[in-house]
Amino acid sequence: MDLFNNIIFLLDSMVRLTVPLLLAALAGLYSERSGVFDIGLEGKMLAGAFGAAVVAYLTGNMWLGMFAGIIIGIAMALIHAIASITFRGNQIIAGVAINFLAAGLTVFLGQSWFKQGGRTPALPDGARFLSIDLPFAEQLKDVPFIGGIYSELISGHNIIVYIAFLLVPFTYWLLYKTRFGLRLRATGENPKAVDTAGVNVIWIRYKAVLICGMLTGLSGAYLSIALSAGFGNNMTAGMGFIALAALIFAKWRPFYVLYATLLFGFLNALQIRLQGVELPVIGEVPVQAIQALPYILTVVLLAGFIGKAVGPKAGGIPYVKER
Amino acid sequence: MKSIKKRAIKMATLISSVAVGALFAAGAALAEPAIIYDLGGKFDKSFNESAYNGAVGWSKKTGKSFREIELANDAQREQVLRKFASSGANPVVMAGFSWAAALSKVAPEFPDTNFALIDMVVDEPNVRSVVFNEHEGSYLVGALAAMKSKTGKIGFVGGMDIPLIHKFYCGYAQGAVAINPDIELFENYTGTTPAAWNDPVTAGELAKAAINRGADVIYAAAGGSGLGVLQAAADAGVYSIGVDSNQNYLQPGSVLTSMLKRVDVAVEKAFEDGTSGNWSSGINVMGLANDGVGWALDEYNKDLITDEMKAKADELAAKIISGEIVVHDYTTDSTCPVG
Repeated sequence: MDLFNNIIFLLDSMVRLTVPLLLAALAGLYSERSGVFDIGLEGKMLAGAFGAAVVAYLTGNMWLGMFAGIIIGIAMALIHAIASITFRGNQIIAGVAINFLAAGLTVFLGQSWFKQGGRTPALPDGARFLSIDLPFAEQLKDVPFIGGIYSELISGHNIIVYIAFLLVPFTYWLLYKTRFGLRLRATGENPKAVDTAGVNVIWIRYKAVLICGMLTGLSGAYLSIALSAGFGNNMTAGMGFIALAALIFAKWRPFYVLYATLLFGFLNALQIRLQGVELPVIGEVPVQAIQALPYILTVVLLAGFIGKAVGPKAGGIPYVKER
Repeated sequence: MKSIKKRAIKMATLISSVAVGALFAAGAALAEPAIIYDLGGKFDKSFNESAYNGAVGWSKKTGKSFREIELANDAQREQVLRKFASSGANPVVMAGFSWAAALSKVAPEFPDTNFALIDMVVDEPNVRSVVFNEHEGSYLVGALAAMKSKTGKIGFVGGMDIPLIHKFYCGYAQGAVAINPDIELFENYTGTTPAAWNDPVTAGELAKAAINRGADVIYAAAGGSGLGVLQAAADAGVYSIGVDSNQNYLQPGSVLTSMLKRVDVAVEKAFEDGTSGNWSSGINVMGLANDGVGWALDEYNKDLITDEMKAKADELAAKIISGEIVVHDYTTDSTCPVG
């Protein structure tokens, strides 16, 4: 029973740590499937996290905070879109610029507004997403097995967690079962053909990039006003890049993105939980070895198991209507 | 019309040259003290903020100004240090053990400048090394944690995995075991790089892991990351212990107490001695006996600490000061007798 509980807690932690990666990787999926590479996921997350924390703190309302995060994410995405779609700039460079912009601007504005070294003040309860209990979680708590899974693992997360997981089937539906999805995917593979069919390539790409901004903003909001209580300098700590790796690892497919980010989340949770725990046979593993574990496994998996990851054919190439 | 313009330009040049001259003169005449913070950031609500408060305290008392800079990355250390020393700042105070390597290189280059280093020893004639007996303060909060814990399990979340933070843990463990020999301890570190001082998400997850395993008091010795621990403990309805600065107010009713490390006192004293000509170099130990460390009791946690607990903690403190209890210092031999 104790082992079972430990596993449940581990998976619980996995769910919490997967969500920011999942949202960011899905965001990247939209953008890259339409042919716009996005290395600026990290920067958009960071800006979204900052915007969400600031507005949540000032208004004391978590929903306003979340929407602010999303709006800021969209605004950052718009910069990316204008630079790399309208002006046909290099998409990678535009993305890097967004990362720098977000890293500098958040700290600068945070410091001049709150004078706490770029950090926002800690949020009161009403301004944060707290965990919600699903119906019957309390009653089922003591039922063996099911109780543990339902009450601990499935119930008791905040609303953004559920939104994030529901977005996976939604994205699948949108990309593979709707006309918009077909056009979006086609734009990433062969924009010329899409254009010939009378569809506006530029507009499709704009929509994809703006959806990307929306989701990265939500991901940032999750970090700052759900997982923690306030914005801290550079709090994304490379998660945008890990999400990008997960996206490539998942070969740009929605459900694979879920599995890939769950794997990264799991390794991260394992790394945290294994610290100072005696393992059977091996004994206590040094902290450093455990902390390297997610990265080692990533390299092994990327190098050996996933095969060739081929991205959208027209990815990275700005669309020019006529030559 | 033309002549007015010309005159105006002349005036402007004159004024600007006077202003520049004044600036240069000021630069040469100033011997302001300087403080350099470590990577956790000036307002980490913990170690660096305590150093900042000391500098501000000195400034308020004397009405003089001081210079300060926040470090952006590890590579800047020597450069920043040289810049301050060569621009005439005196004394230059550094908060954080990570400065030792840079300082032992730069200090001999500026024999006329006094340096103070907090948390580490550098053996140079112009360096004052201030070290704290964190193990003594941690011993007391460990005892308080053991008295408060109902489950008999308590946790510890450290920042970067280095001997100095093990020293905190070791003192904490000894204090807890002194109260309850059967107590179960969970020891965690946020990371192995300086980024671990500013990673509240990971630190919070570590705290949640310990809480899931039954811990109901968690000591955060993790600089800025500790805020995540305090938050996680408050969310779960258990107790946490702050560090360095008094952090009781951050989560009232959940922060059991804070292990005070009077970095502010050390900084203020260094500024005072350095500017008034009373400078002394060498090792400066701040412990329980000279109020260098301690634990915080204020209006935010007075309902959490019973009279009995306070009496016991005071008794232990008196015994440590008198030498009856010797708290083992982890950094002397890299081992801990308990936990």
